[in-house]
Amino acid sequence: MPSESRPSPGASTLTRRSLLEAGALVVGFCFAPAGPARGQSGAAAAGAPRALPLDQVDSFLALRADGRVVVRSGKVDLGTGHRIAMRQMVGEELGIAVDRIDLIEGDTALTPNQGPTAGSTGVMRGGVELRQAAATAREALLTMAAERLQVPVAELTLADGEVRAAGGRSIAVAALLGERGFDVKMNPKAPLKRPSQYVLVGQSLPRPDVPAKVTGRHVYVHDHVLPGMLHGRVLRPPAVGAKVEAVDESSIARLPGVRVVRILDFVGVVCADEWAAVRAARELKVRWSESATLIGHDALVGWARTGPFVAEEVIAAKGDAQRVAALGGAADALRATYSWPIQSHGSIGPSCAVADVRADGGTVWTASQASHRFLNVFAALVDLPRDKLRVVYLDGAGCYGMNGHDDAAADAVLLSKAVGKPVRVQWSREDELGWDPKGPPQLLELKATLTPDGRIDAWETDMWVPRATANLEWVPLLAPLAAGMRQPVGQSVGLVSQNGDPPYPANGVKVSAHWLGPAPLRPSNIRAPGKVANCFAVESFVDELAAKAKIDPLAFRLRDMTNPRGAEVLRRMAQLIDWQARPSPTAARRGGVAVGRGMAYIHYKNSETYVAIAMDVEVERSSGEIVVRRVCCAHDCGLMINPDAVRAQVEGNILQTLSRTLYEETTFDRSRVTSVDWGSYRLLRFPAVPRLEIALIDRPDQPPLGAGEAASSPVPAALANAVFDATGVRLRSVPFGSGKLKALLS
Amino acid sequence: MASIRLTVNGAPQAIEAWDPDMPLLYALRNDLGLHAAKFGCGLGQCGSCTVLLDDAPVRSCTVRLKDAAGRRIVTAEGLGSPEKPHPVQAAFIAEQAAQCGYCTNGMVMSAVALLRQVPRPTREQAQEALAGNLCRCGSHDRVLRAVQRAAGAPRA
Repeated sequence: MPSESRPSPGASTLTRRSLLEAGALVVGFCFAPAGPARGQSGAAAAGAPRALPLDQVDSFLALRADGRVVVRSGKVDLGTGHRIAMRQMVGEELGIAVDRIDLIEGDTALTPNQGPTAGSTGVMRGGVELRQAAATAREALLTMAAERLQVPVAELTLADGEVRAAGGRSIAVAALLGERGFDVKMNPKAPLKRPSQYVLVGQSLPRPDVPAKVTGRHVYVHDHVLPGMLHGRVLRPPAVGAKVEAVDESSIARLPGVRVVRILDFVGVVCADEWAAVRAARELKVRWSESATLIGHDALVGWARTGPFVAEEVIAAKGDAQRVAALGGAADALRATYSWPIQSHGSIGPSCAVADVRADGGTVWTASQASHRFLNVFAALVDLPRDKLRVVYLDGAGCYGMNGHDDAAADAVLLSKAVGKPVRVQWSREDELGWDPKGPPQLLELKATLTPDGRIDAWETDMWVPRATANLEWVPLLAPLAAGMRQPVGQSVGLVSQNGDPPYPANGVKVSAHWLGPAPLRPSNIRAPGKVANCFAVESFVDELAAKAKIDPLAFRLRDMTNPRGAEVLRRMAQLIDWQARPSPTAARRGGVAVGRGMAYIHYKNSETYVAIAMDVEVERSSGEIVVRRVCCAHDCGLMINPDAVRAQVEGNILQTLSRTLYEETTFDRSRVTSVDWGSYRLLRFPAVPRLEIALIDRPDQPPLGAGEAASSPVPAALANAVFDATGVRLRSVPFGSGKLKALLS
Repeated sequence: MASIRLTVNGAPQAIEAWDPDMPLLYALRNDLGLHAAKFGCGLGQCGSCTVLLDDAPVRSCTVRLKDAAGRRIVTAEGLGSPEKPHPVQAAFIAEQAAQCGYCTNGMVMSAVALLRQVPRPTREQAQEALAGNLCRCGSHDRVLRAVQRAAGAPRA
């Protein structure tokens, strides 16, 4: 494995012209001794203007003279294992071992713009693109070798960095290419290796970054150090929307070497000493105006129902519309309302970025999911042409959507521009939980009737969601907002209205979205955007219907399931947990503890990964406390590039979503977020971690689908259904706090 | 400017500090360039900044530098390297017990401290010992497996 414990990419001057050599420079970094990253000035490090079109193999791949391959990925590894998966996909097609592949990620000067790393698209789009580039490259190499060796292409093989012909003749690929690159267009039809030929794909190869992460050598953006770098902190107002009335710089006169930067309502401090910057941000006296523009978290459900609304949309309409229309007046219809709170991304490391912005150019080091997109944003903020600014991805703490990292980068950009030196900004815990853009609130109302034999007759979903979260033109970044600067288009968020319909046959279905104006707190995408809440509502309601029909929840789902892959994950899940057929609730008890089991299923986005989850829970009736004992999951994401990396994603999806469901809610009053530490914003802790059993279904003949989000979606409904099975009580609003359940139980 | 002496990963160090109340974490990261310990909350609530202070796991974000004077500190860098990892680090690598890895430093340090006290912990004992370490990626199960592996226990 190449060591990943290296000074940060982009930390050194890029002096040469060709991408090939830029790649070679990065390879050199891989073997540099570990230690604090060294770097050059931002202006010098800015990338030369360079087009990396998506239809050119050279945008993605370069071969070095020594036979190593440089892969340029616009998508990045957010802790998800792409760093090994991308190497496996490219290495497979090029017949080269993963430890002979160097990977550059998310550097706007060196990687093509493959779009943001979001929506579980890393492998299924980004990796597939790289794989096609590699397959095209193989085709080109074989054609060149055939000419050189005077042997038909069909008799040649590409392996270990050389093209081989029968009789022991071979030619090194480096000798074929020289320094000129491939100079071929991407061929979407270039043949891929067949699954029976795979030697790398499908192997659980270890991730190259883990040894450095475990021994403290991995360089995160938080660890990036430049010569002469200053530490910056930005003061966020005590109330959202408050304006600066006065800044008393004498209040921090005792702190050494602190400089205050103020641009309208943007107030920051910079200092060579980080601790002095931290203290200055705490101790600087700023008089802010009063502001009470928020509605408070208790008012969310009422806000969702009353609007203002900006649009109405029918998301899905299937089958018999008259049956659906009759639902409103149907006496025998089942009705239920589900709600999801505002949540933080809850990153363990507060957001951080380093910027070095000079008059003639600059570089920004950021943990962004979308470095290419934010290049435009940052360039506009500092009035630099795009080709004078470079944005370089470095790992941050796991983000699971757009947390505060792009805001921290904008903070660093403005501070660096103001002082003309490199500036590192790291947010505080209070900044991160208080000011990261939030997962939006969702409200869903469901109605359905059953046929006489207990099948779904008519089904209607009404969802109330902030419009901004579904079709956002730009997430307003905090720094330019405070500084009164115009912002160009920023990051959009995921498709929050998907999976609002039942994944089972029904005689009539309608799903409508009532789009609200901007969310009460600045929204962004959070893992499996919208679909966690939608699946919570849909799969809980399916359980309610099965209970009403007195039919076993597994049988209710499987009975008319037409999708064979969906049926298989349900059956595999049932095998894993040894599902005992019975209608819910069973209301089994052991002393004062109620015991139950529940399940849920999703076909993610109705077109991607299949997941079925079941879990065993215990509920202490006197306290309302839920203990999750065991979670079983069957997962089908098509071809698996690296099964252990998929397994890690499934484990993480399950545990993170248990945390979101059991504990997490961003609370706020009329002025500010009030859940700003790990006491007031609770996360799952080790003692509450259940046993996990996971069955991964590999389908080598199918395209690879995403694993980063899907398994999170069925978790809340499986938990709610298990609690119902144990107690007969239905939890319809997240989080499932013990106080809420205790009140329902008594 | 106070000069505070301490031993870090076996080597004597002197830190020149304008504020001896500065948390130890900043001295480790900025004065000594040891980046394993991470800032997570500054409140002693998450465990990302855990180091060993005279063999006991402490949150270096809440230990004042002056209170570390004359004492022995071990960071994850002092335990092992990618080439020669400590047995606990080797177990974390074998179990691939990190996703983003930001909290991993604290997990490793807490696990080392646990195994010195309880060489063969049960899964429940490990869960309790790690109760003060937060992970957002959901690597908990792998971390528990790594602790079991480091303890030489059969796979739980």
